[in-house]
Amino acid sequence: MAENKKSLFGELTKGIIKENPTLVMLLGMCPTLAVTTQAMNGIGMGLATTFVLLGSNIVISALRKVIPDKVRIPAFIVIIASFVTLIGFLLEGFVPSLYDSLGIYLTLITVNCIIFGRAEMFASKNNVIASAFDAIGMGIGFTLALFLMGSIREIIGAGQWMGMDIPVMHSNPMLLFIMPAGGFFTLGCIIAAVNKLKNKKPPQEITCGGCEGCPMAEKCGTKEADK
Amino acid sequence: MKTILAIMLSAMITDNFIVSKFMGICPFLGVSKKLGSATGMGIAVTFVMICATCVTYPIYHGLLVPNHIEYFKTVVFILVIALFVQLVENFLKKCVPALYKSLGVYLPLITTNCAVLGVTVLNIDNNYTFVQSLVNALFGGIGFALMLIIFSGVRKKLEYADIPETFKGVPATLIAASIVSVSFMGFSGLMS
Repeated sequence: MAENKKSLFGELTKGIIKENPTLVMLLGMCPTLAVTTQAMNGIGMGLATTFVLLGSNIVISALRKVIPDKVRIPAFIVIIASFVTLIGFLLEGFVPSLYDSLGIYLTLITVNCIIFGRAEMFASKNNVIASAFDAIGMGIGFTLALFLMGSIREIIGAGQWMGMDIPVMHSNPMLLFIMPAGGFFTLGCIIAAVNKLKNKKPPQEITCGGCEGCPMAEKCGTKEADK
Repeated sequence: MKTILAIMLSAMITDNFIVSKFMGICPFLGVSKKLGSATGMGIAVTFVMICATCVTYPIYHGLLVPNHIEYFKTVVFILVIALFVQLVENFLKKCVPALYKSLGVYLPLITTNCAVLGVTVLNIDNNYTFVQSLVNALFGGIGFALMLIIFSGVRKKLEYADIPETFKGVPATLIAASIVSVSFMGFSGLMS
């Protein structure tokens, strides 16, 4: 039982730092760049994606034995698109301002590689509880990355943060940062910083701790059963 | 006529899918390493965009609007695109094997390309007519291909550049993309 609890915790935390979907695995770049002109939009987009990810991961993992392997991709897409439609309704009804500022990118959550990637790599192979934890962890990681991007761009580009004016920055904002070019630039710098932090740690001895939480699991030929 | 010209210019240059709308970043970063694959991907995306527009536009206005189920558009459109990509793949495999060989690898990737779903949804959101939608899809696709081709050239140069260790790989690519994006911003005066 203790072991079980620990691995669930691992599913939850791996998405936040070690396998952060945006900054380490480089998935879902389009919304990361497009909606992060403000920190608030970043959070909204992150939470909307988390909701879709959680819903689709739970449903897909519950149906993983029912869906035939050959039609799994259309089936996954339909499930994901249904949840996107649902979150669209919820946001339109309860948070119309966010609905307007996310615009078409809300619809485009459907084709966000993170959701599809988790469905294919995790939810279709694991049970419902593990998939739910995985979804929450990945969602938090994605939200944090978007929040970081949004904060940097909003502070430098508009001199504001979450609607508050920042004393010196507010009078001389660098408009470039809230333009598309600034998005590419900020993301490039953040990823470089993440790379730097990763390389700083002393190289650990290569001992395989199982494929759980191992970022190389996809490329590593060792099967889960062989460990 | 003027609006068509405006759509053409904005879809291709000022509102370019990659550098100003941020759609299709994954293939942009993934396959822009070589000129050949960039061209292949660009053509494949343009082709699927036009076909998807041809199919989704009548479906939306002929099926969803009369039945008052417009909110199903995300589900229907993505299914149509997925089916369509599959169909095109099978068709090319049987009938035009030469083209299939050059595009084959990229076709399945297109299903999850946001630009394709994006263009179909944008056509509906902007209330374009059928002809305007087709023009938007065609020139959006050309703009996408143009960007991939330009960027494949930039990346070739980037490979020989002496970049600090931490910036090697993706960060350098993104910063190069940022500079290309700045140069495209110069065109924004065209539309005013």
